[in-house]
Amino acid sequence: MADALLQIEDLAKRFEGVVASDHIMLEVERGELHAVIGPNGAGKTTLIGQLAGEVAPDSGRIRFDGGDITALPVHRRSQLGLARSFQISSLFTEFTALDNAALAVQAHAGHSFRFWRNARAEHELREPARAALDRVGLGARADTLVSRLSHGEHRQLEIAMALATRPRMLLLDEPMAGMGPEESARMVRLLRELKRELTILLIEHDMEAVFALADRITVLVYGRVIASGRPAEIRANPEVREAYLGEQQVVAHG
Amino acid sequence: MSAVLNARHVVVAALLTILALLPLYTALTGNYFLLTLFTRIVILGMAATSLNLILGYGGMVSFGHAAYLGIGGYVVGILAKEGITSGFVQWPLALAISGLFALVIGALCLRTRGVYFIMITLAFSQMIYYVASSLAQYGGDDGLTINRRSQFIEPINLSNKTTFYYVCLIILVATIYLVWRLVNSRFGMVIQGARANDRRMRAIGFPTFRYRLVCFVIAGTLCGLSGVLIANHTDFVSPAMMHWTRSGDLIVMVVLGGMASSFGPLIGAVTLLLLEEVLSGVTEYWQIILGPLLLLVVLFARGGIDGLLEQAAAWRPVKVADPSAGLGHG
Repeated sequence: MADALLQIEDLAKRFEGVVASDHIMLEVERGELHAVIGPNGAGKTTLIGQLAGEVAPDSGRIRFDGGDITALPVHRRSQLGLARSFQISSLFTEFTALDNAALAVQAHAGHSFRFWRNARAEHELREPARAALDRVGLGARADTLVSRLSHGEHRQLEIAMALATRPRMLLLDEPMAGMGPEESARMVRLLRELKRELTILLIEHDMEAVFALADRITVLVYGRVIASGRPAEIRANPEVREAYLGEQQVVAHG
Repeated sequence: MSAVLNARHVVVAALLTILALLPLYTALTGNYFLLTLFTRIVILGMAATSLNLILGYGGMVSFGHAAYLGIGGYVVGILAKEGITSGFVQWPLALAISGLFALVIGALCLRTRGVYFIMITLAFSQMIYYVASSLAQYGGDDGLTINRRSQFIEPINLSNKTTFYYVCLIILVATIYLVWRLVNSRFGMVIQGARANDRRMRAIGFPTFRYRLVCFVIAGTLCGLSGVLIANHTDFVSPAMMHWTRSGDLIVMVVLGGMASSFGPLIGAVTLLLLEEVLSGVTEYWQIILGPLLLLVVLFARGGIDGLLEQAAAWRPVKVADPSAGLGHG
């Protein structure tokens, strides 16, 4: 795997005796959609936290595009092109959807020590922001306050915010959390389009979506990688079946 | 949004008109009491406007903002005592020193959040308060009388009450305009974003600390200018002007008038100081009346007086245009 965009080497993290990451080894190749699945408490969100820079690992190394980013602060990783979405929508609720996306554009348009011009009138911020909203299907809701958007629209905006930073890689933490079947289907369509342009690490509980989208899947249980491979291999893996027994039988079908 | 006259615009326009024409009334009646009172209101309104930049827009609840009133004032007082009365020296120096203090205090305080931030800003302002109290050669606890106001070239003579009032008023309006430009610029979007959701700001690539620090310095510098004006207004500086209760007054003005609103702090300053003036004439315990009033604002009018005006303004047009659009308003 010479062409890995993201390399996770021997990543370990403990929280007061609970092992959240147990020497994780993982490589995400350029252009692939790599899904990480696992039962609740497997340490998926902790993994994203370490990749995004919010959680410092106890040991191990994270490389992005060849460079070591293990010790970089959150904003620097974003500047390098690593964008994340949040499991629980984390938006600017008093701003409009367009304002939200425009802020993400602004973050990558040089420094923001510009004190005079009205930022809401700057085409170089508004146009790319509008494009990001259009991309996720929120174009018609651009001028609506985020506090008035529906849950599904919040999830779409989460993706739009990440896209507006013009990333090279997306870290998506359960983008379909709390969505109805129709909204989920729309999200799957969107992710299928996005994976043509971007490398994606996807954490998701919706197995149907995962198996429909993923090029490769890594299974995490109690912070440990128990399997990693193509969807068909994962589906056939007895250890995976055991880990999921009694929780989700969906692994077997599809 | 629309250019239609609404309650909010009417109140702001009326307030500005009254402020602009006040000296006319004074000239006609020869009664300087109101002019003196309103000079004070205008100066503190400007201090509150500077606090609003960090508190209202930036979510940084500084409980030590009056320290910059004191710093600005003391620079003028100390320089005057040492024989340097030129405003061209005093004012820039006062601004620079206020800004420098804000830089140091902000660099330390902004590493904390919430209650810790409030307590540390309070601690710093109290430290400065005690330092000023111990400046024996500059009056210590008793304060320092300023014999000569800042000197500028003709026709700006700050000893003339009307001129001084207009200088203060122009600076206030300029400050409100400056803050309005700031909060709507790219810089302002970062500041507001960091108030609403600092975690997300960092996730999309903003190093928020440096922006918040610059905002803190701008607010401190502007408040230092208020201090310069206060010192010239009262011809006197003392540690009392940076006591923590003064910082509290400034917060009350901002909250009462309306956080994150352009004219809110001015409205708050006018309301608070006029109430103080009127109520203290009625009873010595006027704060017993002010307290519950403030409680009502905090409980029922989150946006302060300006928020109430905005709701009043939004009510009618919305009802006519689209009955369903108003449902979201709380």
